[in-house]
Amino acid sequence: MSEQLLEIKDLKAYYRTPVGVVKAVDGVSLAVEREEIFGIAGESGCGKSTLAKAALRLLKPPGYIHEGNILFEGTDLMRLDREGLRKIRWRKISYIPQSSMNSLNPVMRIGDQIVDAILAHENWPRDKAEERARKLVKLVGLPERCIKMYPHELSGGMKQRVIIASSIALNPRLIVADEPTTALDVVVQRGILQTLYEIKNSLGASIVLITHDMAVHAEIDDRLMVMYAGKVAELGSVYDIFEDPLHPYSDILMSAIPAIGEKKEIKGISGRPPSLLNPPKGCRFHPRCPHVMEICRREEPLLKEVGPGRFVACHLHGSDSR
Amino acid sequence: MNEATPLLEVKNLTKKFPLGGLLRKRYLTAVENVSFQIVGDKPNITTLAGESGSGKTTISRLILGLISPTSGEILYKGRNVLEMLKHDSLTYRKEVQAVFQNPFESFNPFYTVDRLLRVPIKKFKLANSKSDEQRLIEEVLDAVGLTSERVIGKYPHQLSGGEAQRVTIARALLPRPSLLVADEPVSMVDMSLRAGILNVLLDLKKKYNMSILFVTHDLSVAYYLSDNIIMLNRGRIVEKGDAKRVITNPIHPYVKTLIKSIPMPNPKRRWRETISLDNLEEKEEARQGCIFFERCPLSMERCRKEIPEMVEVEQNHWVACHSITK
Repeated sequence: MSEQLLEIKDLKAYYRTPVGVVKAVDGVSLAVEREEIFGIAGESGCGKSTLAKAALRLLKPPGYIHEGNILFEGTDLMRLDREGLRKIRWRKISYIPQSSMNSLNPVMRIGDQIVDAILAHENWPRDKAEERARKLVKLVGLPERCIKMYPHELSGGMKQRVIIASSIALNPRLIVADEPTTALDVVVQRGILQTLYEIKNSLGASIVLITHDMAVHAEIDDRLMVMYAGKVAELGSVYDIFEDPLHPYSDILMSAIPAIGEKKEIKGISGRPPSLLNPPKGCRFHPRCPHVMEICRREEPLLKEVGPGRFVACHLHGSDSR
Repeated sequence: MNEATPLLEVKNLTKKFPLGGLLRKRYLTAVENVSFQIVGDKPNITTLAGESGSGKTTISRLILGLISPTSGEILYKGRNVLEMLKHDSLTYRKEVQAVFQNPFESFNPFYTVDRLLRVPIKKFKLANSKSDEQRLIEEVLDAVGLTSERVIGKYPHQLSGGEAQRVTIARALLPRPSLLVADEPVSMVDMSLRAGILNVLLDLKKKYNMSILFVTHDLSVAYYLSDNIIMLNRGRIVEKGDAKRVITNPIHPYVKTLIKSIPMPNPKRRWRETISLDNLEEKEEARQGCIFFERCPLSMERCRKEIPEMVEVEQNHWVACHSITK
C-alpha cells in the first residue's frame, strides 16, 4: 500500500559506446505522488530523457539499466516481462516522447490513428473506440471535425493535442511528457500547458513534465527536480526552489532567464557540462561552481533532506555544515 | 526623426514565394510592405520578433542579400543594397556580418575552428603578417570571452554549443562591421551558457560601436537586449518602437496575447485566466484587411477590408490597428 504512484530508487541507466560506458543517469531516486505535476529540469545531456525512458523500461540498446528499482503502484517494473509491460503501458502509464507530434501517420485520418492506438491495447468494439476518440478530441480542445482530417491539415499545436488525446485515451494514472511544447510558439505553448493542467485535474492523473525551460516549470509544476550530469542536484516544491534555490546550479539556472519588466543583469556560468564518460571527481558541478570548496573536489555530495520535502545534493547544505 | 542617414533603411519590402500550381500561380506572402530603419548616429540593437512564419528570418535573409525581394528596397547608409552587392559587394560583405542559429553549420568538421577565423582575414586582407593575424584573432576571441588556448587547434566537435557560437561571433567581428545580423543566435544554446552570449552582444555594441539586428521568437530575450523592437505577424509589422515600451505596454491585440502567453519564471505570478484562441491556421488568401482580423477580440467591419496604417501612439511607439484610430 504505497501512497506514491511511481517510486524510483537509485536508478542507473548507462549507454555502451565504443569508447566506454556513458553514465547518463547515475543513481537517481524520486517519487511521483498522485495528482501532481512533477517537473524535471536540466540542460541537454543531463540525463532527463534517459531517466524517463529508463523509468518506463523503454530504453533501447546501446542504453541499458545498470541497476535500480522502479515501483509503479507497488508493482516492480524491473520484474515485468514484455507482456506485463504492455498491459501497463498506455492503460496505466503513457509516454509522450520528444517531437512525437511529427510521428503521426501522414496517410491516415486523425480519428483512425487514435482508434488504432486504443484497439492495440483494449479489446473494444470499433464503434466504442470511435466514440471515445470523438470525446478525446474535444477534451483536448480540438474541433470535432479534426477526426476526419489528415496530419498535414493541422498546425503543430493541433498535432501535439492529437498526441495528448491519444496518450490519455485509456485514462492513465501517469503521463510522462518529454519537451511537449518545445518547438511551439508561445501562444500555442500556453494552450497546451493549459490542456495538460486541465487533464491532471479532470482525470486525476499525475504528469511528469520534462523540459529545459525553467519558466514553463514555474508556470505549472507542483514539484521540481533539477538534474545535473546524470544526478539530482535539487528536488522540492517549485515555489521553494524558485524562492530560494539552494544548489548553486539551480541558482544559476534561475538567474540566467531574462524576465520581462525586471531590470536585472542575467548571469551565466563559464565552462561546459562535464563528459559523462569520465565525470569529474567529487561533486560533478565543482569545476563550474562559484562556491567551490576543498571538500567538493574530493567527496561527492549526497542528496540530503534539508527541510520538509526539500532535497539538495551540495556540501554547502546539510547536517555537516549547519 | 534623425538628421543623420540611417544605417539601414528598409522601405516597403515585400517577398512572395511561389507555391507551385502549373496554370494558376499561387504565392505565399512571407513579408509584406515592411518598412523600418536602424538609426545611424549611435549603435543600437533592433529586434525582429515574431512567431514561426512571421517573416522575421526572411527579412534578415533579404537584408543579407541571400534572397532578393519581390518589391521594395533596402538602403545601407543611403545606398541601395542590391546595387552594392552587384558592384561593390566586398564593402557590404565586410561591413554587414551575420551569425546564425546553429553555430556548427558554420564550421567544416574536417578543419580546426581557427580556419573559420583565418579565412576572413585573408579574404578581406585584414592582416599584413602572421603575428598581426595572431593578434587580431586573440583580440576578437577575447572580446567574446574565449581564450586562444581554448579554441585554437580544436575541432568543432570539441567545443560546446556556447563556445562554438562565440567563435562565430568572433569571426563576424574581424572586419569590424557596422551591422551584425544575428538570427536566433542563442536558441540552440543551453540556458546556463545563453546568458553569457547575450551579455557579450550587449558588450560588443558599446565596445565595437556596432549595431545589431537581432532576430528572435523569445520576447524575454528581446526585452533584455534590445533598444528597438519590430513585432511581426504573418509578414506584416503590427507594432514597433522602443522595446521596453512595446513589451511592457503592448497596444495591438495580437501583441497583447503574445506577451500574456510568455511563461514567467516565477511560480507566484502564474497565469490566472485561461485563454482561448482559434487554433486553426489562417487562410493564406485572407490578406485584404487586418492580418489578425479572424482571431481578434476587437475586430470590426472595417478590419476585414482595410489594412490598418501605422500610427505613432506615443513617442517611438507605433501600432497598426483600427481600434486606436476609430
